[in-house]
Parts: sequence; structure tokens; C-alpha cells
Amino acid sequence: MRPPSRVREMPILRVVARALVPVILLFGLYVQFHGDFGPGGGFQAGVIFAAGLIIFALTFGVEALRQAVPVVLTERLMAAGVLLYGAVGVLAMFLGGEFLNYSALDPLTTGHHGQHLGIIAIELGVGIAVAATIMRVYYAFVGRRPDGDGETREAALGAGPGEGTP
Amino acid sequence: MIEKIVVLEVVLPLLAAPVCVLVRHPRLCRLLSLGVVAVCLAIAVAVLLEVRGGGVISYQLGGWPPPLGIEYRVSTVNAYLLALVTAMALVVFSFDSRGGPPRVPEPRRHLYYAVFLLCISGLLGIAITGDAFNIFVFLEISSLSSYILVSLGGHRRAVLSAFYYLVMGTIGGVFFMLGVGLLYQVTGTLNLRDIAARLEPSLDDRGTVLALALLVVGVSIKLAVFPLHHWLPNAYSFAPPKVSAFLAATATKVSFYLLAMILFTIFGAPFVFEELRLQAVLLPLSILAMFLASGAAIFQTDLRRLLAYSSVAQIGYMTLGLSTANVTGLAGGLVHLFNHAVMKGGLFLVVACLLYRVGSVHIDALAGIGRRMPLTAAALVIGGLSLIGVPGTVGFVSKWYLVSGVLERGWTAAAVLILLSSLLALVYVGKVVEAVYFRKPAETQPIDHVREAPLGMLAPAWVLAVAAVFFGLTTNWTYGVAREAAELLLAGGI
Amino acid sequence: MSSVQSFSGLWAYWLIIALMMVGLYIVIARDNLIKKVMGLNIFQAAAILFYVTMAKVTGGTAPIVPHDPAHPGGHGEHEILYSNPLPHVLMLTAIVVGVATTALALALAVRIHGDYGTAEEDEAVIYDMEHA
Repeated sequence: MRPPSRVREMPILRVVARALVPVILLFGLYVQFHGDFGPGGGFQAGVIFAAGLIIFALTFGVEALRQAVPVVLTERLMAAGVLLYGAVGVLAMFLGGEFLNYSALDPLTTGHHGQHLGIIAIELGVGIAVAATIMRVYYAFVGRRPDGDGETREAALGAGPGEGTP
Repeated sequence: MIEKIVVLEVVLPLLAAPVCVLVRHPRLCRLLSLGVVAVCLAIAVAVLLEVRGGGVISYQLGGWPPPLGIEYRVSTVNAYLLALVTAMALVVFSFDSRGGPPRVPEPRRHLYYAVFLLCISGLLGIAITGDAFNIFVFLEISSLSSYILVSLGGHRRAVLSAFYYLVMGTIGGVFFMLGVGLLYQVTGTLNLRDIAARLEPSLDDRGTVLALALLVVGVSIKLAVFPLHHWLPNAYSFAPPKVSAFLAATATKVSFYLLAMILFTIFGAPFVFEELRLQAVLLPLSILAMFLASGAAIFQTDLRRLLAYSSVAQIGYMTLGLSTANVTGLAGGLVHLFNHAVMKGGLFLVVACLLYRVGSVHIDALAGIGRRMPLTAAALVIGGLSLIGVPGTVGFVSKWYLVSGVLERGWTAAAVLILLSSLLALVYVGKVVEAVYFRKPAETQPIDHVREAPLGMLAPAWVLAVAAVFFGLTTNWTYGVAREAAELLLAGGI
Repeated sequence: MSSVQSFSGLWAYWLIIALMMVGLYIVIARDNLIKKVMGLNIFQAAAILFYVTMAKVTGGTAPIVPHDPAHPGGHGEHEILYSNPLPHVLMLTAIVVGVATTALALALAVRIHGDYGTAEEDEAVIYDMEHA
């Protein structure tokens, strides 16, 4: 899929996007990891991160983004993020605590160390899952062909872009 | 030991879903989901045995003690629901549908299992949790995944039905959320038992009554209580048959539990049924559901639609048991959860067998099918007899206790109406049986090529058919548990 | 309290109720599936606003416990009035549910459009009657 021609003729948009996207991604990471000390966390960070990448796709074309982040990867990351979250919970169970009891993660010290560890891992899982989901949703909608009659069932079901459809 | 792993009821299916997405292999995913559901059933049965006789298992998520933390709290009521949902899920999952739902191509089939697992996880979560907002989250998880499952049916109207279901379900969900919010405003807590305890002094508050109204309407939409049932016939008749069997056997049952829990545990029977007199609304609606939905079922020409309308009528029986607000009637309603799940699940699996072999479940297309598929047709008859409530089937057990409960309350007219509505069931079941056994196949639709359904389909359908007879003869397990649950609910506990 | 006072004192609730009714009306009255989804979104947003207004404590500040340098590890929060953070956290989840619902509804609408050639409910129903 080519970028829309009108956007390609807009150098300002391209230059600004090129400058902004890395900053947005960095801000996403900041929100992610600063969530330990102030407002922030996985949900917000994931959305910001995905939004940065979507701006990239809007300016330079979906194909460019698809090369950087393949559709299959987003699908895998969606699942991996949730599994990371669940794995922390189950790990706490194995270490003798309740499901998601972070204090059990660090049985040696009695302080809040385990809580820190747990919340960072969990929020990372949330962030990955949210970012991947938002991008997957974007791919699913943008990957449909614009002509109404040519809409394939595969695309509607989400098999869509990057997986065999020309 | 068991109180340490009760949380796995929710966690296992919830985590098996992303594993399915990663594995991307349909057969492995099917085995994985079967295994997960079997383990969940084993845990549910162990929990039920543990809590019978008044025991309670409390699990504090993340080690945060209630009322601040989320508490999973299992008593007989919840354990009964957990066992019901997991048992039905196991039977439906073991049904070999030979190629999955029509609109899911082979490379995407693993997602179908993932969605199915999420739905189970949501339903089990509603049944197990003791936190009001947690219920909303699980309600939406199960609802969202059932919209997807419904939309996978073969006909184009499946998607439209799923859209209606989504709109109605979301409105119901938001009502529920608003109700929880008002309760939080009044009591300052989200733990169900804590809400119940703190609500006592402020029952006359206008916010409390509004919360009750919002919660009841919201859950009634999800339960398909009579005037709010419009989404159900379409959703059940256009969904893939396996999905219809699963949803008919579990989703409405969990919503019924939710309604009973709201009325009895949170607000308490004295407030709801003596001060507000909710039965003045619930009883007429239940009776209307029994008659109008059964009447609509009579005029259906598609077996799936007929069964769907019959479901609306059966939900009427359950809410009737609720409105009696005495132990016998409520136990009748609760035992009907299990009984209806067994018979309607079995009937929808029979529909799946018929669809696979005949290709249509239009009543005319089924003419004379009894000779070609004797075992399938026999299972259909057993399920049908159970819907009518013939002695020796589970349907009789439910109606017996419902009528007893209604008579205990002194509502003779309602008891007569229950019996009369069974006659309507006789008509619509009779119509199907007549076509299947006594009508000659139409010239235009030869059925010579039709053979008996394969074993992988027949066995699960027959498991439910046998269960419909077995639990119609021995009621110790079903009614015994339901009665204990009813006593617990009426006492305001969970 | 006179009715005028209670009206003005509860203005946030009136706003929320009005917003809810607007959303519900759109869901019921519009045939276009996308507009129905928008109506649902407004409806959900009203419920979210309800929770958020509930959380506001008059004079309360953001619920972040300040770090007191005088007592490392301890908190000097005794004089500070905080807003209630819990409803906000709940609404984070509700927003996620809303996003999931919207995405699914739009996906279904896209497929309905693919199958029926229209995103209008009444036209789809007519199409079904003609092609039964």
C-alpha cells in the first residue's frame, strides 16, 4: 500500500512527523517506567507508544510500519503481554503467596522490594499488550481494501494484511 | 489445599487463551482447551464437596485482605455455578464439530478457541468473585467474547444478530456499572458482603433504590428476562450450533445467579420482596414469558429458533422461582438452572448433529429423519420430553419444586398457569417429533443419503440426554445442592 | 432544600443524565450502525463521568502522597485532603472495556457492510426479507 499521494507532497508533515515520532515513543517509555514513582503506567504508556507508531504509518504509509512491526508480531506480543502478567501472578503462587501477591516475589527481604518488582513486571506486561492490541486493531481496520465489493472475508476476520493477501 | 488453588478456576482459562494465540495450531489449541476445562471441572467439583454443608472458601487476591482487596468467595451457591459452567463447557468442548465454525478459516481457528476460553473465564469469574466491580469486568469479558462467538455463524444474519446482542449487552453492562457506582456512593465499598452489611441503615435512601433498579434492569438484559429478551432468539439461532449449546447452557445461568445474588445477598429478601414488592413485577413478567415465548416457539419453522424461544420461556420459570422468595421456589429456580442447561445444551448439540448431516434444521427438512438418524432423533425426543416436564426427566423435577414453592406462597393461579404453559411446550415439542418420526420426507428433499451422526458428535449429545434422565430420577445431587444454595441466599449469605 | 437548590446542587447529575439520554436516543433512533456505535460511546462516557464526579472531594488534591524529606520513608500526609483515587482506577478499566466494545462493534459493522452492502439497519432488514 502506497502512502496517500497528498501526504507525500507535504514535506512539513513528513519532517514534523519524523521529528515527533521518536519523542512520542520515548515519552511512552517514560510514562511506562516512571509509573513506579508518579502518575503513569502500562495502559497509558502502551497507548502513547502505539499512537506514535500509528502517526508514523499515517505519514509514511502502512507498508513502512508493517516492515518495522509485522502484523504477526503484534499478535504475538498481545498474547505475550497478557502471559507476562499472568506469569508473575502464577510465580507468586509458586513462591507461596496468593495469586498476584508481589510480596512473595522477594521472600528474603521483608520490605516493599517484592511489590516494586511485581508492579514493574506487571505494568510491562500491560504496556506490551496494550500497545500491541491498539496496533493490531489499527492494522485490522486499515488493511481492508477501500472498494466496497472487494472486501474479503479473511480481511474482515482479521487474517488481513501481511498474511498472504496481496 | 483446595482453598489455595481455587483462583485457578479463572486464571487457567484466562491464561490458556493467550497461549492459544501463541501456539497457532488448531488441534493443539483444542486439546489445550479441553484439558483446561477438565482441570477446572475437577477443581469445581472438589470445591463443591468442600463447601457443602455450609463451608466457605475465601481467597484474597494479591494478599490484600477484604474489604480493600478483591476477594474470591466460594460458598455452595458459587460452587454450584462453577461446577455447572465447567461441566457444560467440557461436554460442549468434547463435541467434535468437524471443522469448527463456518466463518473461521483453518489458519484462524486457534483464535476461536482463545475466545471460547475467555468466555468461560469470564463466566467463572462472575460466579467466583466477591467484588462488585470485578463482576462488571468479568461480565464484559464474557459478553464481549460471546458477541464474537455469535458472529461466527454461517448465515450473514449472524453478524447482524451479534451486533444487536452487542448493543443490548453494552447497555445492560453500563446499567450494571452505574448501579455499582451508586452502591459505592452509598456505602463506600465494593466488597459484596461489606456492601450488604453497610447498606442496612440506608435502605430507604433514594440512591439505594435507584441502584437496585439499575442493577436489576442491567442484569435482566443479559439474562433475557421477558420484555428484554429480543436479542436472544436471533443470537441463538444464527450462532454456530456449538456456541448456541454453550451459551444456552451457561451464559443465562450465570446471569440468573447474578440477579439472585443482587436481590438476596446485597439488598436482602425483606427489602426487595416485602418493602418494594418486586414480585409484583417479576411474577407477571415470568408468566408472560412462559406463555408468549412458548406461543412464539409454536409458530417457528426453524428448530433453532424454536429452541431459542423456548429458552426465553424457561428463563420465565427461573425468574418465577426467584419471585416466590421462599426456599422451595428459589431452590426450584436454581435446580432449573442445571436442568435447563442439561436439556437445552443437549438439544442444541442434537441440532448441531442434524445440521452436519441434513444441512438444515427447518422442520420440513427434518421430515422422516427419525428413520435415518435413530440415535440423534432419540436424544431429541428425550430433550423434548424434558422441556415439557414429563416425570422421569429433569424438567419434571424443576416444575415439581416450582409448583410446590408457588403453592407454599399461596399463588394457586400461578401454579395452574405453570401447568398450562407446559401444554404449550407439549405443542411445540410435539410438532418437531411429529415431523421427525411420522412425516414422509418431501419429494424435493430426498434424505436417502443421510446417515447417523458421527460418534464424536453423538456421544456428547447423549451424555446430556442420559443426564437429563439420570438427574430426573435421582435428585439428591441437583436438588440437594440447590436447596442448600437457596437457604444460603435467603439468609443473605454467599 | 427547595427544588431549585437541589437542581443547582446536583447539576453534574443532570448533565450526566442528559448525556445518557442523548446516547440512548441515538442508539434507538438511528438506523446507521456507526451512529449507533457513537451513541453507545456517549452512553458509556456518561457513566464514566458519573464515576469521575463521584470521586471529587471538595478542596481535595491529587492523591499522590508527598515525600517528606524530614522523615525518609515516612509520610507527612496528616493535613492533606485527597480526592478519591479509586473511581478513577475503576474507570481506567471501564474505558478499556469501552474501547474493546467499540472496536468489536466497528468490526461487526464493517462485516455487515461487506455482507449486505449497507451500514443502515433498515436497509439490511429489507435485504434479508428480499433474499430469504
